[in-house]
Amino acid sequence: MSFPRFAFKVLIPLWLAAASGVSVAAAPALKAGVFEPPRQAPEFALRGSDGSDLTLARYRGKVVLLSFGFTQCPAVCPTTLATLAQARSALGSSADRVQVVFVTVDPERDGPAQLKAYLAAFDAGFVGGTGKPEVLAAMRRNYGVVAEKVPIGDSYAMDHTSSIFLIDREGRLRAMMPYGRDAKDFVHDVKLLLAK
Amino acid sequence: MRDGEVRAGWRTFATRSSWLLASMLVAALAWAALAPIEPASRDELFEIPRGTWARRMAGDKVEILPDTVRLTLGIKDVLLLRNLDDVPQVFGPALIMPGQSFRLPFEVASTYSFACSAHAKGAMNVIVDPGPAKGWPTLRWRALQWLQPSA
Repeated sequence: MSFPRFAFKVLIPLWLAAASGVSVAAAPALKAGVFEPPRQAPEFALRGSDGSDLTLARYRGKVVLLSFGFTQCPAVCPTTLATLAQARSALGSSADRVQVVFVTVDPERDGPAQLKAYLAAFDAGFVGGTGKPEVLAAMRRNYGVVAEKVPIGDSYAMDHTSSIFLIDREGRLRAMMPYGRDAKDFVHDVKLLLAK
Repeated sequence: MRDGEVRAGWRTFATRSSWLLASMLVAALAWAALAPIEPASRDELFEIPRGTWARRMAGDKVEILPDTVRLTLGIKDVLLLRNLDDVPQVFGPALIMPGQSFRLPFEVASTYSFACSAHAKGAMNVIVDPGPAKGWPTLRWRALQWLQPSA
């Protein structure tokens, strides 16, 4: 076989096959960080921004997106809530099967009324939760959430965990989405959790 | 067969062999520069060994997860944290139960900061670098891996 024929029949196809090869590494099913095996999400009992008792069990059968924050948060919480509102909007008719729960880390300033008014600016379907400081602290411990008061002049802000927890329809803590991810990542994961 | 014919035959053989070797080298370099990098695993694994909590309780300062973890998109872009201890542990960004793992994939090159009570600074960073582009960067990356497999 002459060299040109050898190159044409063997080398070039080999090279093309290698160059166009696709990755065989399996992509993770969820975009969020996944807990494996999943555990039952810790139950909680708070005062809801809708005036009712807020428990996790109340939303069994729905996918719950659980976020921690405070209404005077300057950047992280508004960004997160806007992203979640965008995701819920993109879900269309499936949005009814998704519940966003926003639990305050600042019970001194966030009562049910403040939470309700604040959340309504993003999505009227969002529910806020507040309660006694010790109750909220226990809930944060159960979820591995941190929150710390940071004095600013005469006032203060709160440093807190900004990730969002994804709880499936059976109440299992399946995943945790880091702050800053796009709405489409939530849509992707929620669809997967709803399909299972 | 005459001596001249034998010599001419060898010359032809040597020429063709040189062409073959050169073309194989070119093909190998082209593959190394253009073929996608397919690592055996994209997981960057950190494990809490059994007995860590007991060691901490005894005053032993056990550091498992560095303040900053560096990942590379498409190559090592999944942070995998596993708790092999007997008690729940806050490990990086998550509270992980005994025997449980937390697998966090990254798809965008950036610096990610997580609140983490297990770190003295109260936070840990994950820096995700872009993967090497096709061509010279990929060739260079493969060469470095070949020369320094642990790099």
